[in-house]
Amino acid sequence: MAIRSFFVPFLLFALCFNSSLTPVLSLYEDQVGLMDWHQQYIGKVKQAVFSTQKTGRRRVIVSTEENVIASLDLRHGEIFWRHLLGSNDVIDGIDIGLGKYVITLSSGGSILRSWNLPDGQMVWESFLQGPKHSKSLLLVPTNLKIEKDNVIVVFSNGRLHAVSCIDGEVLWNKDFEAESFEVQQVIQPPGSDLIYVVGFAASSQFEMYQINARNGELLKHESETFSSGFFREVSLVSSETVAALDSTGSILLTISFQNGEISFQQTPISNLVEDSSGPAVIIPSSVPGIFAIKTNAITIFIRVIGKGKLEVVETTNHETAVSNALPISEGQQAFALVQHAGSEIHLAVKLAHDWDGNLLKESIKMDQQRGLVHKVFINNYIRTDRSHGFRVLIVMEDHSLLLLQQGAVVWSREDGLASIIDVTASELPVERDGVSVAKVEHNLFEWLKGHMLKLKGTLMLASPEDVAAIQSMRLKSSEKSKMTRDHNGFRKLLIVLTRAGKLFALHTGDGRIVWSHLLRSLHKSEACKSPIGLNMYQWQVPHHHALDENPSVLVISRCGPSSGAPGVLSFVDAYTGKELNSLSLVHAVVQVIPLPYTDSTEQRLHLLIDSDKHAHLYPKSSEALGIFKREFSNIYWYSVEELDGIIKGHALKCKCTGEVADEFCFDTRDLWSVVFPSESEKIIATVTRKSNEVVHTQAKVIADQDVMYKYISRNLLFVATVAPKGSGEIGSVTPEESWLVVYLIDTVTGRILHRVTHHGAQGPVHAVFSENWVVYHYFNLRAHRYEMSVIEIYDQSRADNKDVWKLVLGKHNLTSPISLFSRPEVITKSQSYFFTHSVKAIAVTSTAKGITSKQLLIGTIGDQVLALDKRFLDPRRSVNPTQAEKEEGIIPLTDSLPIIPQSYVTHALRVEGLRGILTVPAKLESTTLVFAHGVDLFFTQLAPSRTYDSLTEDFSYALLLLTIVALVAAIFVTWRLSERKELQDKWR
Amino acid sequence: MEKGKGVMGSGRRWAVDFSDNSTAPSSRDIPDPPGFTRASVDQDDSTVSRQKKDAESNWKAQKAWEVAQAPFKNLLMMGFMMWMAGNTVHLFSIGITFSALWQPISALQGVGKVFDPYKDSKVELLGPKLLFIALNLGGLALGVWKLNTLGLLPTHASDWVSSLPPAQEVEYSGGGIPL
Repeated sequence: MAIRSFFVPFLLFALCFNSSLTPVLSLYEDQVGLMDWHQQYIGKVKQAVFSTQKTGRRRVIVSTEENVIASLDLRHGEIFWRHLLGSNDVIDGIDIGLGKYVITLSSGGSILRSWNLPDGQMVWESFLQGPKHSKSLLLVPTNLKIEKDNVIVVFSNGRLHAVSCIDGEVLWNKDFEAESFEVQQVIQPPGSDLIYVVGFAASSQFEMYQINARNGELLKHESETFSSGFFREVSLVSSETVAALDSTGSILLTISFQNGEISFQQTPISNLVEDSSGPAVIIPSSVPGIFAIKTNAITIFIRVIGKGKLEVVETTNHETAVSNALPISEGQQAFALVQHAGSEIHLAVKLAHDWDGNLLKESIKMDQQRGLVHKVFINNYIRTDRSHGFRVLIVMEDHSLLLLQQGAVVWSREDGLASIIDVTASELPVERDGVSVAKVEHNLFEWLKGHMLKLKGTLMLASPEDVAAIQSMRLKSSEKSKMTRDHNGFRKLLIVLTRAGKLFALHTGDGRIVWSHLLRSLHKSEACKSPIGLNMYQWQVPHHHALDENPSVLVISRCGPSSGAPGVLSFVDAYTGKELNSLSLVHAVVQVIPLPYTDSTEQRLHLLIDSDKHAHLYPKSSEALGIFKREFSNIYWYSVEELDGIIKGHALKCKCTGEVADEFCFDTRDLWSVVFPSESEKIIATVTRKSNEVVHTQAKVIADQDVMYKYISRNLLFVATVAPKGSGEIGSVTPEESWLVVYLIDTVTGRILHRVTHHGAQGPVHAVFSENWVVYHYFNLRAHRYEMSVIEIYDQSRADNKDVWKLVLGKHNLTSPISLFSRPEVITKSQSYFFTHSVKAIAVTSTAKGITSKQLLIGTIGDQVLALDKRFLDPRRSVNPTQAEKEEGIIPLTDSLPIIPQSYVTHALRVEGLRGILTVPAKLESTTLVFAHGVDLFFTQLAPSRTYDSLTEDFSYALLLLTIVALVAAIFVTWRLSERKELQDKWR
Repeated sequence: MEKGKGVMGSGRRWAVDFSDNSTAPSSRDIPDPPGFTRASVDQDDSTVSRQKKDAESNWKAQKAWEVAQAPFKNLLMMGFMMWMAGNTVHLFSIGITFSALWQPISALQGVGKVFDPYKDSKVELLGPKLLFIALNLGGLALGVWKLNTLGLLPTHASDWVSSLPPAQEVEYSGGGIPL
């Protein structure tokens, strides 16, 4: 009995031990969607074309700023198909040809593609070359035919092309080689065989070319000079008239080129509107007879009557957006006008020649958090009573896409989430007491029922319906989408900052949007013309004593693209999304340094560095100042100047002097600098450890009970430099001309701890730094393959701490604080391996205590996330590991890293346009939460060493309960039996 | 083990029967059977009783030595089993090792009980007790040695530093590429 009782715990122990040695990450088919979610987006719509033929489904084709072409269902807004073009293949225009092809012009007008409308398959692709760079314009005339072939007219790279719609063959082309000719419009008056190409030359000359559409023959070329020059944009008023502004933006010009004769009509804007001030801009539109200009905040609609006579039809100071014209019947064109008024938007559909009459006028309540209407696209349909109905697609300031029909929002898409700038995680509120009894009872019944079903499943007694019920129950588990903190820390909020300046909070359970907030500080205003959101930091993470406070995040933004522009700070409550406070700063924000100190309300101290290298402390409170003063001499900062190839270290000096002086501003002084020779090295990547990473231990036990001490420092910087020649595309240099140099630099003292040169290697370099190791990915030109290298750093000065008695009694200084100015003796171990994929991003799993083994998360070129065990990147791997090393778990060395298909975290899904991977530790040590974002979003939970500290999701509690009951019954029965037997024995 | 228990158990029962008859006061309450006179026993020849007592104590001493030597066999068997189990950590070797540790400990806890039946004013129990303890300690040592060969004893530096947190750094530095 004694032996057996020992077996049980050891059995469990051995099981755990074994399972941790062979981590298998694969997922069963029915586990998809249990812990992961995937959302597809397209980005801010640039252009939309409707396809509403009677046959087939109604859809809208859109091109977006994220470089996506997508076909959306008009009824629900779902994606039928979608293509993400490369970042160097920007879409210039889209249209529909022949009613069944989607035509796209991209890559600066050099690639013309045709896609099949129903399924998005590519039909043809043609490359259009030309003599010089120019604006690219796509025109798909509806009824222009050359030998029964519909024609696409493309102006790109200084050449006009006519391309067959059926096979993409270039029918004819015509060069516009005049040096300074800048094309503005290509016009094809319907029902004629003429093409007009209009543009400016030498900024003050208006040029008009008349071309025969059948063969590209130049029929007429006229030019006229306008002394005061033109302002870039023109607006098409009719097929033979355009409107333009002069270079000062104060005189309106209508240019007509009827019958090949150019005539200018000048009208000063001040003649039309009295109180106009400042230069005007033309709002591009194509409504016949009408164009719009904007001066300051006033939008003016102007109608052209007859020979260059202008008439103001409306001036409004509301934010306004106009759609293009839509031909609805013979000679009639309609357009949509959307105006903001308070919390509503007014949608009006008007006929082009009749401004005062409205075909449609609707007011729609609009969520304030969506901001202004940026773009309007109109489409019509015939109602059953033969009248025209209109549907309008609008693009909002937050990049969302909405379809309006019959005075209501039919569907909306949150496409701002396609362009995420920064992500941070926040805890959910703690669950309060007072759950009602009825709810518990209901849950108990449900719980039992669920477990009985599960039990049936386990015992293979379940019918197909039961299996389906089990699956749906697992997927819909209300547990995972609750709005409170859970025991395991799986439920969190992902706070996401998008390019549109909107903050979203996503629930990790099911990916739904908990709140969204368009930052007021990121609105355009007089003081801040073009605000850009930059970054997000965790401002306040309350735990322990400040639990009543809500956590908050700090959003840093800047007024304008230059680094000297003043910054704006916004503090946002992470639970509600309310903007608690926003500060417009007088100084710029070049760097933000979250300090490892918090005040009594758990607000983290942040140091903001401005462009003059002054450091500003936030929050501006005396308590924070007190904490900061205490640590004053221990705070350093460094700056990486990529262009100059210099890394500089700085220390804080004293209070600011000069005009910006206040208590919270500090001068800094240069401490050290590392200058890379500009003729041989160019900085291409820098990586540091994540500041919130937890490391469990400083020792690494290797074979034969030996110990190596990791060199763990928060202040290490990984820098990769390449030869300036080799900083271009892969393969643009020979291996002899290219090299990659990797440095590990201590950012407090500027000491270079390690330096390694990879000859014949080239960037781009992607790297990840964790604990005492760094892994980086680059291209090896000699081997023509990608490579990954690992560097591990060990502290040699601690290596002689081997006396067991000293360690037992605690007489060692291994945990006492150390100064980086004491010279560390480090040794590094490194190894390189081939890797098949090129990489978009690398991250590493992070867990609550840092005990669980690590996995690298590699965003591959195929937009998937691959989990690779860190054990494969262990510099101690050798071809023939000894028995002891094998026991330690060292894998025999191979020249390339294995890619196990089952270890794709994203399984069958793709995160289109993958840009970043964030890992957040759960409270459960074994588990880490992974969020990958690009155009799509993907979230899942990972357990790099399997869930050794919890039972799996599909564990059958009912079976366990049943077993226990059976065992208790058996014990009772056998006890009674043995009692009786004993009694009988005694009587014998 | 089973064997040792048998010796102890039967010895005690036998001894109890014998001594109780003469000393237990409770027996006085039961009326003597007819024809039996207690006086004759009481007034028995003292030499006879002394001889009897001597024989008894001799027997007790002998038995006590036997009991004291019993763990030796155990030791040998344990050693054999340990040799069989090998030096790798798995279920069998761990089970054997822990039983090898547990047995001597439990035996040492019950030293008094083991020698209780042989308690006698004339019997010197110190020698057997010491032997018993020594042999059990030997068994324990064997167990510990086995534990060590399995690598389960914290005798290396690595066992003590493997959970040491990293040292704090005094300085803090932040920054990077300008935003």
